[in-house]
Amino acid sequence: MMHFLLLFSRQGKLRLQKWFTPVPEREKKKIVRDMTTMVLGRKPRSCNFLHWKDLKIVYKKYASLYFCCGLDAEENELLALEVLHRYVELLDKYFGNVCELDIIFNFEKAYFILDEFLLGGEVQETSKQVLSRSIEASDMLQETMEEYMSKPAF
Amino acid sequence: MPAVSKGDGMRGLAVFISDIRNCKSKEAEIKRINKELANIRSKFKGDKALDGYSKKKYVCKLLFIFLLGHDIDFGHMEAVNLLSSNKYTEKQIGYLFISVLVNSNSELIRLINNAIKNDLSSRNPTFMCLALHCIANVGSREMAEAFAGEIPRILVAGDTMDSVKQSAALCLLRLYKASPDLVLMGEWTSRVVHLLNDQHMGVVTAAISLITCLSSKNPDEFKTCVSLAVSRLSRIVSSASTDLQDYTYYFVPAPWLSCKLLRLLQCYPPPEDGAVKGRLVECLETILNKAQEPPKSKKVQHSNAKNAILFEAISLIIHYDSEPNLLVRACNQLGQFLQHRETNLRYLALESMCTLASSEFSHEAVKTHIETVINALKTERDVSVRQRAADLLYAMCDRSNAKQIVAEMLSYLETADYSIREEMVLKVAILAEKYAVDYSWYVDTILNLIRIAGDYVSEEVWYRVIQIVINRDDVQGYAAKTVFEALQAPACHENMVKVGGYILGEFGNLIAGDPRSSPLVQFNLLHSKFHLCSVPTRALLLSAYIKFINLFPETKATIQEVLRSDSQIRNSDVELQQRAVEYLKLSSIASTDVLATVLEEMPPFPERESSILAKLKKKKGPGAVSVELEDGKERGELNGGGDRGGDAAIAASNASTPSPSADLLGLRSAAPVSGAAPSAGSLLVDVFSEAGPAAASAGVNDDGFLRFVCKNNGVLFENQLLQIGIKSEYRQNLGRMYLFYGNKTSVQFVSFSTTVSCPGELQSQLNVQTKTVEPLVEGGAQVQQVINIECLTDFVDAPLLNIKFRYGGALQNISLKLPVTINKFFQPTEMAAADFFQRWKQLSQPQQEAQKIFKASHGMDTEVLKAKLLGLGTALLENVDPNPENYVCAGVIQTKAQQVGCLLRLEPNAQAQVRTRARAHTQMYMHTHTQMYMHIHTQSPSVLLCAALIASLTAVCVFLCAAANQAWRAGNTQLALFSLALFLSHSPPLSFTPFFHFLIHFSPHIDSTLSH
Repeated sequence: MMHFLLLFSRQGKLRLQKWFTPVPEREKKKIVRDMTTMVLGRKPRSCNFLHWKDLKIVYKKYASLYFCCGLDAEENELLALEVLHRYVELLDKYFGNVCELDIIFNFEKAYFILDEFLLGGEVQETSKQVLSRSIEASDMLQETMEEYMSKPAF
Repeated sequence: MPAVSKGDGMRGLAVFISDIRNCKSKEAEIKRINKELANIRSKFKGDKALDGYSKKKYVCKLLFIFLLGHDIDFGHMEAVNLLSSNKYTEKQIGYLFISVLVNSNSELIRLINNAIKNDLSSRNPTFMCLALHCIANVGSREMAEAFAGEIPRILVAGDTMDSVKQSAALCLLRLYKASPDLVLMGEWTSRVVHLLNDQHMGVVTAAISLITCLSSKNPDEFKTCVSLAVSRLSRIVSSASTDLQDYTYYFVPAPWLSCKLLRLLQCYPPPEDGAVKGRLVECLETILNKAQEPPKSKKVQHSNAKNAILFEAISLIIHYDSEPNLLVRACNQLGQFLQHRETNLRYLALESMCTLASSEFSHEAVKTHIETVINALKTERDVSVRQRAADLLYAMCDRSNAKQIVAEMLSYLETADYSIREEMVLKVAILAEKYAVDYSWYVDTILNLIRIAGDYVSEEVWYRVIQIVINRDDVQGYAAKTVFEALQAPACHENMVKVGGYILGEFGNLIAGDPRSSPLVQFNLLHSKFHLCSVPTRALLLSAYIKFINLFPETKATIQEVLRSDSQIRNSDVELQQRAVEYLKLSSIASTDVLATVLEEMPPFPERESSILAKLKKKKGPGAVSVELEDGKERGELNGGGDRGGDAAIAASNASTPSPSADLLGLRSAAPVSGAAPSAGSLLVDVFSEAGPAAASAGVNDDGFLRFVCKNNGVLFENQLLQIGIKSEYRQNLGRMYLFYGNKTSVQFVSFSTTVSCPGELQSQLNVQTKTVEPLVEGGAQVQQVINIECLTDFVDAPLLNIKFRYGGALQNISLKLPVTINKFFQPTEMAAADFFQRWKQLSQPQQEAQKIFKASHGMDTEVLKAKLLGLGTALLENVDPNPENYVCAGVIQTKAQQVGCLLRLEPNAQAQVRTRARAHTQMYMHTHTQMYMHIHTQSPSVLLCAALIASLTAVCVFLCAAANQAWRAGNTQLALFSLALFLSHSPPLSFTPFFHFLIHFSPHIDSTLSH
């Protein structure tokens, strides 16, 4: 299973953190620090896999954003790379040409999409069609743009 | 400004995020956040009831602040309120907040569980999924208690929507992992297994994670999943890339599901049903074939997905370890990847090959890639790939390539990244020890290791080299010579000084014959490093110095001068000062005999698992896996009578069976001063210890026996599983032997039994009594057995020791000769020259004399020869023979029936031919004389104790220390405690410490002593 998924920028700013096992807050901060220094310190065209404690770390950079996850030792690294890729595809489909700012300003959406895709650290659904449909369906339950613009801005 | 916000965005939130982003400094950010927190707090506390939207917005802002890394201690209640909202978006934010900021407040948990219960029973699939996601995200025990009963029902109910089933399966998995005792599958088992047949690929994908986890914990209950999984896999593998529509990922059909199916199968042994197995093998072959096909897309996603399945299939093939064809094909496939342009594939190929190396079918195939792997170690730009290459070299190492691999790893160490140096050092040390055919190579390797990466050489590594040098008398001289040379380097690492100090202190005498390494030169060399070293090393050096005084009386004055100097005797470090004071005193008060006893050569260490290996395992770094697998490999080799080790053993024994006469002159424990190759006999020992039971079961293994004819303590037998150490003491016609059986594995031996038998007429010659041992020997444990021996009359044969036990189901049977020989019952006799020759002449009949002329295989060192003759058990008579070159000895063999005087002359000549002549009172002893070997005899504790009781006060202390220490090592706790008690009652306060010095004398001994 996947233990955590982190999204961070080239500057080491954390943009999303998902923990699939209970981790104390202090430990979380330490892991985030370790991951950012480890991954950001990698030379370009290095391989995408690392060992860290007893976890396998798989990371990939998309534009300015690093996607990094920690896996059990028996997990398949190549497949984990494709989990990251599928997540990027889903974000891309939802936001349309997703960029770091989309994830900053709509962080809750990034979490919701992730919940549809991964649950308890395992892949719940892999079909892009099925996933997009359910994400869109929940958006349909939400309000329209006019309603949005009429809200107070403070 | 905010980027596009879709759906129900919250403007207030977007503005706040934008503000935070515009903050120029950390302080400004904190200020802005505090302002917002105050605002939210006042809103929540305000009189006016907040509407759902505002509540959602503020809760979301709190979440954002928390995710930025700030503490949030309020807002939970508002979030819980959102859960019961009818608006989806409000509910969603409420659940998100709860999942991220889990709270242990019990009142809150009750409210949350209530809301979840409502949503689960709402029959609205979207709400149900939200609730299930929340349970899966939190996964607490409280939630398991509340919902573990309900969720399986939702999972298998016929009318549950697919998406809800998927969430339910993974939700249940999460609860099972957190609280397995609360998730009872029982009645649901078969219906859950049948989810593998579900029409909806997404449901299968989610359910299989649950099934895999449950199967690995309860394989029997879920074993029906094997055939279902095989048929599902077969359908996917044989489908065209378009058949599975959206479950095809970049032209690869259902990669996630395929991998999970292959993983599920790894919970089980190969299917027993021939048809199922055939189908599975077909699948695996198809996967291997597809890997060879030209890619359907140039995208990396395509090749990743395809290769992910391939690697998972290879894992399964390795797991089965029963299909040689597939294993070799897998190995060839990985071999191609070793040179692939994708770094990721090279990395994974190296990693997978590590496990392939442990299979007997593919070990050789893996070895063919050695050059590529070495090249990877040298040229890969990425450190993590280099590390995998080092791991693989470690895994593929065996006797045939050990020297090459160790050399490559050593040279890599010079440039290796700091992060992996320590692990590399451990690996080199382990390989060097494990595959050392000649121990001079081992010593060279470890000293090189210290030279190249001294900082990364942990205590365990240098302890280990010392343990091995002490236990292997064939390498001691070489070790002394080599450390002496290494110490001559202008800048040598402190660890080198430690090893050097210890080894020269013990075995410096073996190289003292050469004027270039005379005692004084050795001392000056060591002492030149003294001021550069830390306190523990200096302490060790001081101990080496006192040992020098014993080894080389001529250095006494110089060393005493050093000890007496202010920098030692008034050293501010209390440990150093104490050692200096006590050693100085000891060297000036004690007689030569006392010194020789106290500073006697270290007895062999009880063998046990290498502490280095333990350390590597503990590190649990990347290498740990391969080590364990390697252990497995050895087991397989032993049980299957692996051909590699066996052949070598036979070849070696044919080539070099030592003849008794060769050994007599061999003076085995006299290490080759010239650094000559170790004798063939010692090679044989190594080969035997490697090949183990295979060789031993062929007949009685008496190689260990020969080594013990004149030695009382040491390692009698060793193979991969078992090690037998021996300590013995003899008095008059009685003897007591302690056997230590060490389980070297991590698995317990069962039905462990030992029998000692006296074949043929020996029955009437020796009376042997044994105590039975416990039938269970835990992994890593050592059991002791005491054997009492009474010599009734003279004897030729030796008692046989037979050991039987079960290891992993296989019966092991080992037969050994117990080293009980007639010379053990020698009592030394002093006599004057006239006496000697008178008696010699009286024994003039032909059957009263035995004579043997033999070639000395090593140089004849006077001191060594003398020590040997003493070790034989006889008294060495000085000034008896008119020819000073000759050695003359006398002793009485004590048996219950009679006492037999025995005289011996050793006449060396210049051509290194030695003649031994011995005359004895009766003809019965003729045969024994030609078998006499010469070894240093260790004083028995009880003798020491008696001597101690009558000795002077100073000597008492020293003696008692030695006696207690020795008894302790021999496992005779009672005697040790008795000595200790005597010691405490007799000793003036100042000399209290020598005892502890003996315990902590040299660090490698600490744990062995304390462990008793």
